[in-house]
Formats: sequence, C-alpha cells, structure tokens
Amino acid sequence: MQPFRLLAPLLALLLALPAQAAEVNVAVAANFTAPMKVIAAEFAKDTGHKANLSFASTGKFFAQIKNGAPFQVLLSADDTTPAKLEAEGLGVPGSRFTYAIGTLVLWSAKPGLVDDNASVLRSGRYNKLAIANPRLAPYGKAAEDVLASLGLLAGARKKFVMGENIAQTYQFARTGNADIGFVALSQVMKDGKLISGSGWIVPANLHTPIRQDAQLLSLGKGNAAASALLDYLKTDKARAIIRAHGYEI
Amino acid sequence: MTLSEGDLAAIWLTLRLAGITTVLLLIIGTPIAWWLAHTQSKWKGPVGAVVALPLVLPPTVLGFYLLLAMGPNGPVGQFTQWLGIGTLPFTFWGLVVASVFYSMPFVVQPIQNAIESLGPRPLEVAATLRAGPWDRFWSVVLPLARPGFVTASILGFAHTVGEFGVVLMIGGNIAGETRVVSVQIYDHVEAMEYAQAHGLAAVMVVFSFLVLLALYTWNPGKTRVGMP
Repeated sequence: MQPFRLLAPLLALLLALPAQAAEVNVAVAANFTAPMKVIAAEFAKDTGHKANLSFASTGKFFAQIKNGAPFQVLLSADDTTPAKLEAEGLGVPGSRFTYAIGTLVLWSAKPGLVDDNASVLRSGRYNKLAIANPRLAPYGKAAEDVLASLGLLAGARKKFVMGENIAQTYQFARTGNADIGFVALSQVMKDGKLISGSGWIVPANLHTPIRQDAQLLSLGKGNAAASALLDYLKTDKARAIIRAHGYEI
Repeated sequence: MTLSEGDLAAIWLTLRLAGITTVLLLIIGTPIAWWLAHTQSKWKGPVGAVVALPLVLPPTVLGFYLLLAMGPNGPVGQFTQWLGIGTLPFTFWGLVVASVFYSMPFVVQPIQNAIESLGPRPLEVAATLRAGPWDRFWSVVLPLARPGFVTASILGFAHTVGEFGVVLMIGGNIAGETRVVSVQIYDHVEAMEYAQAHGLAAVMVVFSFLVLLALYTWNPGKTRVGMP
C-alpha cells in the first residue's frame, strides 16, 4: 500500500487538471485544416482553453464517433453527417449550425489554361479532370452538379480521376497528372489571390451550396471548452479568418 | 451479403493485377535474387536494401513519389511520354508498375533464401557433368529451390491483392481500371454503406486465410516472410 499512498495525491492532481485548464478534442473535416489551425491558436490566446485538432474525412469521423471516439466537437464537411449523428443520439440537439460555406473552383497548375468562361471544360481539351469522389465528398457532389448544369457531365465523366477527398484531388491537379480539377478555393487561395496556376471560381448558382455544419457531440455536453469553441466560431474574428481562406459565411 | 456488379468488377481487376504482377516479378525478381545470393560485390548491401525498402516505407510515401516520378514532369513520365504511351498514373499498367516495386521484397527474398540454402555444391557437381548455365538453372536450381519459388509466388500475389495506399495515391479510383477491392471497400466504409463493406471485406478475410493456409500446408518450414 505504501506506493499507492505516494501515488494517490499525484493521481488526484492529474484527475483534477482537466477541470481547470479545459480542453476539447475536435474532429475537423480535412478541407478546413488550414483555417482551423489559425482559429485554434487564436482561441487558445483569447480564452485560455485548448483545442486538440484531428483531421480526417467526415465519413471516417462518422464511423469513429459511432464507435466511441473521444471527440467533443465535429466540424463536418457537409450538413448531413451532423444531422445523422444527432438523429442517432450522438450529437446534442439544437447545437448544430453552419460555420462555413465552401467555394468550388476549377483549377489548373498550368497558368492560362483555365479562363473565366471555363472554355477548357467545354472544348474538352484536357487529359484528365480531377474530382473528389461524389459519393464521399460534398465538393465532388457539387462538382458533378456544376457539370450537369453546364450539360457537360456525360463527356467529362470519361475523363474523371477521383480523389478520395478534396486534398487528394488537389494533389492530382497540383502534380500535373490531371490537367484540371475541381478543388476547394481554400486550397488554392491566399489573401484573396490564387497562389499559382489558373482557375475559375464556380458561380454558386451552378451547384447546391456546400454547407459545412458544426455539431456539439454527446461527449462534449458540459465541457466548457467545447461550448466556448462553438461560440468562438461565430465571432467576427473567426469568421474573418474563415473568409480569408476562401469560404463564405 | 450480396456482392454488387461494382464489387465483382473490383475483384476481377484485383486478381488480374495480382496475377500479372506476380508473373512479372518472377521474371524480374529471379535474376536479382540469384545475383544477391551469389555476389561478393560491395553493391550487395545497397541493392538488397533498395529491394527491401517497401517493407519499411509507408505505402503513401511510395505512392507519392511514384505519382511525382510518373507524372508529366517526373523522369519516368518524361520517358513514357517520349515513348509515346502517355503517363502511367490513373492507368492499369501504372498500377502494375507500382505493384512490382511494392511487392518486390516478398518475391526476391524467399527465392534468395532458397538459392542461398542450396549452397555451391549441387551447381559444382552439375558443372562437372558438363551442364551449361541454363541447364543448371532449369534442372538443378529450379527443382531444388522450388519451395522458395512457391512461397515467392504466393506472397507476391497475396501482397499485391492487399495493396491499398499506393493504389489510392496513383489510381484515381476509376471503375474497371484502377478501382481494386481494397479501394472499393474503403469507398463503402467512407460512404457509410457498412453492409456492402462487410460483404466485400468478408471475402477478403476468407481469401487471405485460404492463401496463408495453402502456404503453410504445402510449404511448411520454408516460410520466412520478410526475413532475408
């Protein structure tokens, strides 16, 4: 019993720690990686709480959360997964809101290939079109909507190469293996300008909006840092960061 | 548990990929294994290490470099374009090339072990009986080292079937071209279609078990996976 008597106060201290310096484990959709890193740093500075970020696809998070993953907040890439989690009793009802609306861009690593009319898409003069898998990724679904709206879906489908998420789709286009690709504006824009290559920002009326919803998960109920983070995402400061990364809100 | 048409197409594609890769690996891997088993060269270490690299490297690293190398600006891509066959990513033959790299150690090492364990004696005896190099290979080495070749074929095939990260990186998920079983299962899981995922995953588990069972039943004691 002697060792335990020494350990007991230590254990008590360790168990007490989280209550003082509140922490929240956040599941972040991969496309929101860059802005969320900035927001988490500001959040820590402004509130003293700590946000531990994990990045993966929303589908993977869904499976993990269903099987007991220790996340308190989900920042989803869509608006259906949070609703599904809430319906299954894994999300706190009434906590859901849209934290960002994604913008789609047709992008090429080659300067001058993509113009404002997306004429390259109509002419069909490209080897491959990189697109996120429409079954899995909201950006892929939106890209399919755009092609359908333009009446180009059947022809373009033969040249699809599909990334399992938007990050991989960008990789296919960035390495030049696909001439053009539908990616998230947040991936190719910095300070309101394209980082490189050429692009066409797709008008929002050509596809259903890419609403990205946040959800307080059941495990986060009563966690001070979790609710503070969700409130923080609604502040003007956070929204300015989100907009600067190519999202609307 | 029913398999969809897409699942069956993925299974067929996977078997074709693994079959072609295994045949190519036996053709390419045997001379490499032979050389590694016999050479005194200072290059034995470096070459052996390069062959074994895929055992250690995460498949995403291998896939990423293959994507860059085989892309239009990479050295392999420049070469294939010069040959007039375009670039390899997003094609079936691109996957074959990647799989040959990826499964190389699983074919070379068992053959190398088998040849090394023969020792120089049988070949010397055959040589004194005036058997030429080819004759010695076909009538002495091949029969005596047969368990090594069987292990190499089964492991090369099975490891290619189980390939995922590399295919994900350079495949582009095209039905009938690069969408192999592992990618199809991954898609099912990510799309939250767990029933379909279960069906196909069960097929993989049963298949893998049968392959290893065959290996251990017919080839007992000769199976040292991944140990040179």
